[in-house]
Amino acid sequence: MSAPEKQETLQERREFLKAGAVVAGAGLASGVLVFGAAHSRPPEQAATADRRWGMLIDTKQCGDGCNDCVTACNTENGLDGKTGPQDSQWIRKLNIKDLRNGRVHELPMLCQHCEHPPCVDVCPTGASMKRADGIVLVDRHTCIGCRYCMMACPYKARSFVHEPLTEQNPEVPRGKGCVESCTFCVQRVDRDEQPACVEACNAKGHQAMIFGDLMDPESALSKALKSQASTEVRADLGLNTGVRYQGI
Amino acid sequence: MAKLADWLRLVVLAGVAAVLAVPSFQAAAGVGLPKLERGKGEKCVEDTQFMRRNHMELLKHQRDDTMRKGIRTTKHSLKGCVECHAGSQSGSVAAGKDDFCMACHVYTGTRLDCWDCHATKPGKQSFFGTGAAAGQAAASPRNPAHNQGGGQ
Repeated sequence: MSAPEKQETLQERREFLKAGAVVAGAGLASGVLVFGAAHSRPPEQAATADRRWGMLIDTKQCGDGCNDCVTACNTENGLDGKTGPQDSQWIRKLNIKDLRNGRVHELPMLCQHCEHPPCVDVCPTGASMKRADGIVLVDRHTCIGCRYCMMACPYKARSFVHEPLTEQNPEVPRGKGCVESCTFCVQRVDRDEQPACVEACNAKGHQAMIFGDLMDPESALSKALKSQASTEVRADLGLNTGVRYQGI
Repeated sequence: MAKLADWLRLVVLAGVAAVLAVPSFQAAAGVGLPKLERGKGEKCVEDTQFMRRNHMELLKHQRDDTMRKGIRTTKHSLKGCVECHAGSQSGSVAAGKDDFCMACHVYTGTRLDCWDCHATKPGKQSFFGTGAAAGQAAASPRNPAHNQGGGQ
């Protein structure tokens, strides 16, 4: 092949690749749109009880010593990452040992987003609340910092902010004198993203957490729950938690 | 005699009025009206006069809608206010007494609690690098240069 011919072929190939990239890009964009149409709630529309957000955590997949979910949560929500008794921890890695046979494993513990949350029952001001789509939150505008909810929570999921804070994430207001806990990254969920911990776990390749809609039988979460055995932590309390575990 | 009494009363009243007027006149001369920096946008989401009197009502309404119902319209969101009105020097709406919120609130002597919890500066910290200033923030979530916004 002579040099000009070769040049021409290369040029053709380049054009072909370019066209391919455009087609692929269009396909990707339309895929995103389809996903958006199927799942997203417009910003002016309130959350409804047609959905209930939940999570399935497979502790067998959870990496030994991996702390990525915790780090992602801290960064997303502006926590300082300290783990003292008075520091805020929205998600914690626990090491659990069965004393009878010595089996050891790890799991992340976070707000279980109960259907019947004891923290909401006991709140004297109505600050502790469950959103229509099942996410349990603290309305800091009405929280008086009595910490009754912290005592009521069987999962030790809530923290109290003891010191003044600055440089909060604009999407995650936090301040002294209020109780707080995992929000399922409600700011991300409302724009069709997954909670930070889940995304970090997937990014690491562990795939130990599935987040989704418990009410939608087609969601990956519902399918997983239908096909595999899972348990609630302290199922005896009858709280119907939104977070379920496997392998504990 | 009665006329003299009336005249005296008038003089005394005028004197009292003058004495009372002096300090208030001094106060009016001493404290200038707050000077507000113009926002970054074309115009505010509502009429300026309306905002002066009612911004707190809009914010309160929006806060309950967003917090409790998950309605995330941006027109009356506090985040939107901050993005537009952050000062060009401080990068914040409430870092100093000349910043947008503080200028009026210091002038009127009203304390506001918003900034105990809410960020006073625009920009987002994210683990995954989404959002406006995320690229910078994700590399160093506690980057002082970004967070303090000094100079820019």
